[in-house]
Amino acid sequence: MTKQLTAVLGTGQTHHRAKRQDVSMPGLLREAIDRAMTDAQVEWADIDAVVLGKAPDLFEGVMMPELFLADSLGATGKPLLRVHTAGSVGGSTALVAASLIQSGVHRRVLTVAYEKQSESNAMWGLSILPPFQMPVGAGAGGYFAPHVRSYIRRSGAPEHIGAIVAAKDRRNGALNPYAHLQQPDITVESVRASQMLWDPIRYDETCPSSDGACAMVLGDEAAGDAVEGGAAWIHATAMRTEPTTFAGRDQVNPRAGREAAAALWAEAGITDPMSEVDVAEIYVPFSWFEPMWLENLGFVPEGEGWKVTEKGETAIGGRLPCNPSGGVLSSNPIGASGMLRFSEAAKQVMGRAGDYQVDGARRALGHAYGGGSQYFSMWLVGSEKPS
Amino acid sequence: MPDVAIAGFAKAPNVRETEGTTNGVEMLVPIFAEVFAQTGLSKKDIGFWCSGSSDYLAGRAFSFIAAVDAIGAFPPIHESHVEMDAAWALYEAWLKIKMGEVETALVYGFGKSSAGQLRRVLALQLDPYVVTPLWPDSVSIAGIQARSGLEAGLWSEKDLAEVAARGTGKDVAELLDTPYYADPLRRHDIAPITDGAAVIVLSTVERAREIVERPAVITGIEHRVDSPVLGARDLTRSPSTEAAGKALDLDGVDLAELHAPFTHQELILRTALGLGDGVKINPSGGALAANPMFSAGLARIGEAAVRIHSGESRKAVAHATSGPALQQNLVTVLEAR
Repeated sequence: MTKQLTAVLGTGQTHHRAKRQDVSMPGLLREAIDRAMTDAQVEWADIDAVVLGKAPDLFEGVMMPELFLADSLGATGKPLLRVHTAGSVGGSTALVAASLIQSGVHRRVLTVAYEKQSESNAMWGLSILPPFQMPVGAGAGGYFAPHVRSYIRRSGAPEHIGAIVAAKDRRNGALNPYAHLQQPDITVESVRASQMLWDPIRYDETCPSSDGACAMVLGDEAAGDAVEGGAAWIHATAMRTEPTTFAGRDQVNPRAGREAAAALWAEAGITDPMSEVDVAEIYVPFSWFEPMWLENLGFVPEGEGWKVTEKGETAIGGRLPCNPSGGVLSSNPIGASGMLRFSEAAKQVMGRAGDYQVDGARRALGHAYGGGSQYFSMWLVGSEKPS
Repeated sequence: MPDVAIAGFAKAPNVRETEGTTNGVEMLVPIFAEVFAQTGLSKKDIGFWCSGSSDYLAGRAFSFIAAVDAIGAFPPIHESHVEMDAAWALYEAWLKIKMGEVETALVYGFGKSSAGQLRRVLALQLDPYVVTPLWPDSVSIAGIQARSGLEAGLWSEKDLAEVAARGTGKDVAELLDTPYYADPLRRHDIAPITDGAAVIVLSTVERAREIVERPAVITGIEHRVDSPVLGARDLTRSPSTEAAGKALDLDGVDLAELHAPFTHQELILRTALGLGDGVKINPSGGALAANPMFSAGLARIGEAAVRIHSGESRKAVAHATSGPALQQNLVTVLEAR
């Protein structure tokens, strides 16, 4: 193992809203970057390189926007990288930033991810039909609903499980001042009474469409040691990809996700993730993906994820709190959603999660997925250095 | 930290227009097969895959996902993508080997420029609030850059024609007799519009020695970006290339592959990197012979590497660019060791 120890020194994010028309793209990014740099107590001169991630350029209507953003990212005269790996991009971007330090190339790296869908029209961006490809004929909800139906059939889960996840995540989001949706009074019953969009996914079980950004400053061992109150140390990272479609593909419990998780637990020396991980920020854009990913990540055997959710073990105070920040169901600036999961995991082990802090969080998972459940990126961070 | 070397390179035919789709699969499948045959490796030997491409060039979202179909990525693979020229994907792969996570990596880039009007598509790289609405296209911006150098006395139209003549063997006087295309640029000053793809196999030096007799060892790789504000930059220089070059040991370089889509940009890059007359420039023909977007930078590294493999060069420098008027630049040094 030649990897250099790497830590999260600080994090920042914007207030996420449907349309942040009060700021330009540079303004949105700087809101997150300035908060992250203040949190990390670093100045521009401390930053060696910048890594930016976002989902398709068509979502804002700018080709390779990092080029026009170079000045506002503080990247001019420095190395600048731009990552794009579909919905998992926020996570992958953090992992590329981490690799700049793990490889010994840099000491401190700024990484930022964003989406400002109000600049363009994401549905237009997703609706262009390339020749020779079968049109999906659906947005993300329509695409994923059959996977959820298949999960329910395979696991025998009762139909209210999705509503439990949605009510929990939205109530968590009400504890997070940056969250897009603030719904402290939502209940399982009110979720179940909301309109059916893509059977079995109801309106309140669906992520919002948000403008927003997330930034982190990562540093080497010396920089991590200097963080007051303790940095979040990277214990393990993993990424896996598989094709969108092929005969026999398991889209409910994709092999790429299972193998990424197995690699992550192995690198971190974890044999029983349910007992050894204290909190998980999992990419759940539609409520039912919580139990689906709990199984895919190996927290529980296949078919058992919904039981953990039903028992309330994924709520704050439960055995494995999932998405105490409110998760993707409360804020979804697509390109930044993965990095939000990674940074919220870091905030938990740094003890900086405010009203949604999980007591005694020592090890936390950040997870993101993208494409047709085919791109996975994840990291495990801890309050102590990896042994 | 293990040293990294280039063990294999293949490129698709550089053509004005492919009949294939914009996701690159038809261009990539044959060159993956070629680089595997060349290196004796197979899909399962690759520890990390990384690609560079652009959705805007493809005219659709997530074109790189469709490109994964060229790999046959099952069992699942460790894979990533940059929305940049694949030279920067090579940088990401270099990091993965450096940090000891993998031993081998395969990097590819692809682009079908013919799918749209390239010079107009590239105008979308500019500031969307105050510059893009004016639709300054890439050739016109390069024309402003060339004009700045002419007016500063840094080069003449004849100097530019000489750059073009070196690659084509044409007569300088005849080239200067041709009409302007975008004053002060003539056709020979401008890279052709090219569809293409390229692939490079990287590995630890140790592993590379089992694959090629003279691996091209990456002894340095640096990249920087300049301000996007065209009016705030001295367009006759490339500070980001200069800074990247300064961080590298270029002493004794005998060959350079420069990603210069315009003749005057080659002159800027030669000055920025301090390349003297003894350095062989662009033996491959460079971007003026073929400029496949999002793989032309990677191809510069590959073209330099195969000349190390063959013994033609002992120490080479390869350069990749991205953005308007040489905004972003990557420089790598390859050596036979």
